[in-house]
Amino acid sequence: MTTTSVSKGCFVFKPSAKKKKKTLSLEDHFTNGCEGADNSEIRFKLCQDLWHKIRADTEVLQDELNRKILDSLLDFTRKCSSTRQHSDWASQMRASEIPTAALVLGVNVPDHDMTFQSLSELLQQSVTPHVASVQAKECGALKHLMKRVLERLMDTVVTVDDEEEEETEQTSTQLHKSVHCSLSTLCDWYNAKTMKSKTGTPGKKRSSPVRDDPQQPPVVIIFKDLEAFNPKVLQDFILICSRYVERLPLMFIFGIATSPSTIQHMLPHSVSSLLCIELFQSLSCTQHLATVIDKLILTPQFPFKLNGKVMQVLMSIFLYHDFSVRNFIKGVQLALLEHFHSQPLSVLCCKKKEALLNVMQLSHHDLESIRHLLSFRRYVEKQEPQEQLNLFRDDTHLKEVCQKLIKDLRKYHKNYYPVLRCLHTLTSSLPRYPLGKQVRELHLICLEKNVWENEDYQTAMKLLKMLAKDELIASLQRCVEILQPVKSKKMKKALVELEELLAKFKQLDTVAAETLPCVEDCITSPVKNLQKKTDLFQLQKTLLEMNESRRAKKLSPFEVLRNEALEFIDGLVKSHLSPPESQTLNEVCYYSSSATVRRHLNATPRTSIQAALSSPYYYLQNESLKTEDGTVSNAAPDICIAYKLHLECGRLINLYDWLEAYATVVSAAEGNNPDSDNVRKVEEVKHARFIQAVSELEFLGFIKSTKQKTDHVARLTWGGC
Amino acid sequence: MAALLQHAGYEEERLLRVAQQMPCREVQAGMLLSLMGQPQQYSYPSIFIYGHRASGKSHVMHVLLKELELPHATVSCVECVSVALLFEQVLLSFFGCDAASLLPRSPSLSDFVRIYRQQCSQSPAKQTRYIVMEKAELLRDTDANLLPALLRLQELVEDNVTIILLSEIVWDKFRPNTGCFEPLLLHFPDYSKGELQQILSQDRHPSYTAEFYSSYINILLGVFYSVCRDLRELRHLAALNFSKFCEPLAEGKVKETDTHKLWRNIEPHLKKAMQTVYLREVSSLQWEQMQQMEEKESGALRGLSAHTHVELPYYSKFLLIAAYLASYNPARTDKRFFLKHHGKIKKTNFLKKNEKTSNHLLGPKPFPLDRLLAIFYSVVDNRVAPTASIFSQISSLVTLQLLTQVSHDDQLDAPKYKCAVSMDFICAISRTVNFDIVKYLYDFL
Repeated sequence: MTTTSVSKGCFVFKPSAKKKKKTLSLEDHFTNGCEGADNSEIRFKLCQDLWHKIRADTEVLQDELNRKILDSLLDFTRKCSSTRQHSDWASQMRASEIPTAALVLGVNVPDHDMTFQSLSELLQQSVTPHVASVQAKECGALKHLMKRVLERLMDTVVTVDDEEEEETEQTSTQLHKSVHCSLSTLCDWYNAKTMKSKTGTPGKKRSSPVRDDPQQPPVVIIFKDLEAFNPKVLQDFILICSRYVERLPLMFIFGIATSPSTIQHMLPHSVSSLLCIELFQSLSCTQHLATVIDKLILTPQFPFKLNGKVMQVLMSIFLYHDFSVRNFIKGVQLALLEHFHSQPLSVLCCKKKEALLNVMQLSHHDLESIRHLLSFRRYVEKQEPQEQLNLFRDDTHLKEVCQKLIKDLRKYHKNYYPVLRCLHTLTSSLPRYPLGKQVRELHLICLEKNVWENEDYQTAMKLLKMLAKDELIASLQRCVEILQPVKSKKMKKALVELEELLAKFKQLDTVAAETLPCVEDCITSPVKNLQKKTDLFQLQKTLLEMNESRRAKKLSPFEVLRNEALEFIDGLVKSHLSPPESQTLNEVCYYSSSATVRRHLNATPRTSIQAALSSPYYYLQNESLKTEDGTVSNAAPDICIAYKLHLECGRLINLYDWLEAYATVVSAAEGNNPDSDNVRKVEEVKHARFIQAVSELEFLGFIKSTKQKTDHVARLTWGGC
Repeated sequence: MAALLQHAGYEEERLLRVAQQMPCREVQAGMLLSLMGQPQQYSYPSIFIYGHRASGKSHVMHVLLKELELPHATVSCVECVSVALLFEQVLLSFFGCDAASLLPRSPSLSDFVRIYRQQCSQSPAKQTRYIVMEKAELLRDTDANLLPALLRLQELVEDNVTIILLSEIVWDKFRPNTGCFEPLLLHFPDYSKGELQQILSQDRHPSYTAEFYSSYINILLGVFYSVCRDLRELRHLAALNFSKFCEPLAEGKVKETDTHKLWRNIEPHLKKAMQTVYLREVSSLQWEQMQQMEEKESGALRGLSAHTHVELPYYSKFLLIAAYLASYNPARTDKRFFLKHHGKIKKTNFLKKNEKTSNHLLGPKPFPLDRLLAIFYSVVDNRVAPTASIFSQISSLVTLQLLTQVSHDDQLDAPKYKCAVSMDFICAISRTVNFDIVKYLYDFL
C-alpha cells in the first residue's frame, strides 16, 4: 500500500468496509464439502428444525428440573427481605447478619451458567431488580470485585426501568469520573432509587412486575463459583458489606461446586459470623442426565437416533470426564450435524409425512445409494428372485417399497420404547440389577444385540420367576401405566392382554381362598405318615420322596399365571426389542460414526502431535515419506528428524551431538557420502535448519533450556509414548 | 458513674448520655476525653487504641464523637482498596464533595495534603477534627510513607486535626524501621464476667422484665464463659437460645422468678449449642427451626460440615487418588507400589532417616505433573488415552481447591501440584471406585 507521506514511518490502514470478506452463512458452511450436495438444502433445513426443537425441549426440561430449588431460593430471599422490616426482638438481634444462601450445585461447572441465568432472571422478575452476579476470574482483587458489583447493579437498573435511564447514566458517568468506587456510592444510589420509587407515581411502578416490597427490595449478589475466589478478597468484601448492612439490604448467594464445608475453609470465624448461611442442595447431575435422556433419546418423538457406540461414547464422556449435561447435549448436536452432513439419505430422517414426500423426490443417485445400504441388501436377499430384480431395476417400485420400509421403521420405534420401559420397570427392582439400574443401560444393551440372547437377560428372567405376588402385580401395574398412552395398534393389543393377566391375578385371591385347604392337605399328609416310622433308613427315604413329590408337584395357580405373564413379556421383548441394526433402512435415522464423535469431543492433542512427528506420512500423504514402522525417512521435515533423534537421548541432550547426528541424516538424504570431507563441516544452512527444528520442539513443549549443564537441553517428556 | 466523665468543655447532660451508652468503658472514655481536651483546644496529633475484638473500641469512639458533635471522619481501612479512597472519604466528611472532587485521578499523599491545606485555609477548624481509622493494622501493607505521615498529619496540614488509630494489634508491630512519630497508646482491656453480664443484659426482650433477662444472661454466661469471651459471639448465642428459655414461661408451667426450673429446662440446649460455638454451622434462622422441630425429628437439618461428600467424574476420582498417593508417598517408593516385579523391599532398610516420621504428619508434598499422570495410568484399571479432557480435569480439580498448584503458572515448565484433601475424604472417594487406597500408602505399610 502506498502513502502520500514523504517521511518514513508506520501507517495504520483500516480495512475498508467494502473489502471485508463476505461472511459465509451457516448454510454455506453446511453445503461446503457435504456428501450428495443436491439435496443439502433440505437436509440443512431439517437439521436446523430438529436442533431448534431439541434445544427448546431441553431448556424447558432444565427449567422444570431447577424449579424446586429456584423456588425455595426465591422464598428465602423474600423471607429475608420481609424479616428485615419486622422489628421484633429476634430479627433485631440478627440485623447485623447478612443473609446468605449456600447453593450446592455439584462439580459440573459448565452447567451452572444456565441455572444462575434463570435464577437471576427469576429474582429480577419477582423479588428485586437489584441482582448482580460475579465470577471469580473477573475479580482478582478487591477493587475489581467492587467495580463489577457496582457496574452490574447499576447496569441492571438501566435495562429494567427504561424511564430512568437518563438518571442512571448520569450516576454511572459520575462513577467513571471518580474511578475508585466504594459501597457508600452504592448506598447513596440505592437510597436515591428507593426514595424515588416511594415518591414516584404508583401507576408507573405497577407496570414493572409485582414485587413483595417495592420500598426496600434486597440487593442480591451472586458469587457463581465460590471455590475459585481468592479467600482474602472474599473476606474483605464481606467485611465491608457488613459495615453497610444496616443501610443496604444486602444478600449473598454462594454457588458451591464441591461441598458446603468449603465456606468454613475459606472464611475465618470473624467473617463467617457476619453471615447467616442457609443451605440449598440441587439435583444431582446424574439424575439430571437421566431425565434428559428419558425425554430426548428414549422417545419416538425425534426421528434422529444415536446408535449404541455413539451413545456409549457420549455416556462415557459424561460419566468419566465432566458430568456435564450441557456437554452431553452438545455431543448430541454434533452427532446430529454430522449425520445430516455426511449421510445423503438423511433427507428421510424427519416426520412421517415429510419423509414419505421426500422418498418420492429421491434422485436416481440416491436410490442407488439405498441399494448399497447394508440393511437394504439384507432385506433384498430375503425377497423372491422376481422381486429382487424389480427392486434393482425399477426405481418407482423401489420408491414404493421405501415408503413401506420407512413406515415400518417408525412403527418399530413406536413399539420399541414402551416395551423397553416395561422391561426396565420389571428388572430394575431385581437384586444386583442384572440389566442395569438405569433405563439407559438397558437401552445400550438392546442397541447392541438381541437382548434375549444376553446372559444377564436369562438371569433376570429366572429372578423374575421367583418374584412374590404383590411385587409382580405392582410392576405389571406400572407396565400397564406405561403402555396406556401409547397409540400403536400392537401396543394397544398388548395392553389389553396385560390387563387381562392382571385381572386374573386379582381373581386369584378369591379363588385361592377356596383351593387353600386342599393344598394344605397334600403337604401335611406325608408328615403325618412320618411320625409312624422310626427307622433311620425309612426316614431318609420318605424325606427324599417328599422332596421329589414337592418338586414334581403341580404348580400352584399363581405360579402358572406368573409363568404365563413372564412368557407374555418375553414375547413382547422378542418381537419389539431387536436391535435397530436389524431394521431395514436404519442408516437413515441412526448415526453410527462413534470415532468422529470421539475425535471431536475428546481430542487427544498430544497423541496427534506425536503421530505427526513420528510418522509424517500420516498427515502429509507424501509417498516418499512412507516408511516401515518406527523409522523416519531421512527426507522427512527437519522437525521430525530432530524429534526422532531426541527420542534416543536421555533426560539431558547434548546439543552438539544432536546437531552432528542431524547433519549426518540430512546429508544422507541429499545423497552425499557421509564420510566425505565437505560434509564433516556442518553447513550453515543445515545449522540454521537444525536450530529452527530445535526451537520448534521447544515451542511444542518437548524440550526446554536448562542451566544444569552448558550446551544441553532438558527433555520434558518421559519416553516417547 | 457519670462522675468519671466530667470535662470542662462539654455539657453535663451530653456526657451523661454518653456514659449511658457505653457501660463498663467509663475509664477509657474519660481518659480519651482528657486527651482530647476542650473542642477548640489543640489535641495530641495521634492516638493509638488497641484491644481485642469486641472490646468496644469503635463503639466508644463512635458514641463520643457523635454525641459530643465533634467534626470527624471514620474510615475503615479494609474498605480503602486504594489510598485515593481514604483521602476522598476524609475530605468528603470534612469539607464536602467539592473538596473530594478536587483530588486528581490517582492522588499521592502530597496531593492530599495540598488540598487539605487549601480547604482548611478557607474554613479553618474551630474545633479539633478527628480522623478515626478502624482496622489500622492494614495500614502496614500500604505505602511505607502513609503511616508516618498520618501520625504527624497535624504538622503537615497545620490544622487542628487528630488521628485515632484503632487496632487489634499492639503498637510494637506497627513501628516502621525508619522510625516515626510515636502516638499515645491507649489499651482497652477485655471485659470481665461481671461487665459482660452488665452489657448483655442491656439488650433485653421488650416483653420480659429486665431481671428475667438478666437471670437468663447469668445462666448463659455460667455455661459459656469458660469457652468463649467474645461479646459478639455471646450476644449471638443469647439471641439464639432465648426463645427456648422462655418456652416453659409461655406454656405457663413456671413463673419468671423460678430460675431453678428454667435452668433445668435450658441446660441441655445450651450444652448442645456449646458443641457448635464459633462454628456457625447452621444459620440462626435454621437453628430456631431446628429447635422447634426437635421434639418431632432431630437431625433432619445438618450443619455445613456434615455435607462433605463430593460427586466427581470417574477419572477425576482416580486423578485425585493418584494425586494423594503422589503427595504422601516418597517418590522412591513408586517402584514398589506400581511395578509388577519390584522385588522385595523391606520398609526398615529402605527408609531414610527423615522419612521415618509419618508422611501424614508432615502434610502433602509437591509433585510434578508427570508423576501424577504416571501413577494415574497405573492405578486406573483400563487404558486411558491422554485426552485433552484428562488435562482439563486436572485444572478443574485445582479450581475446586482439591488440588493446589505450587509452582508458577507456566504449563511448559513442569507444573507442580499438591493434594489438598484429607485422608477421610480420599478414603470415601476410593471406596466408591473399589480402590483400596490404604494398600498403596507408604505410611500404612
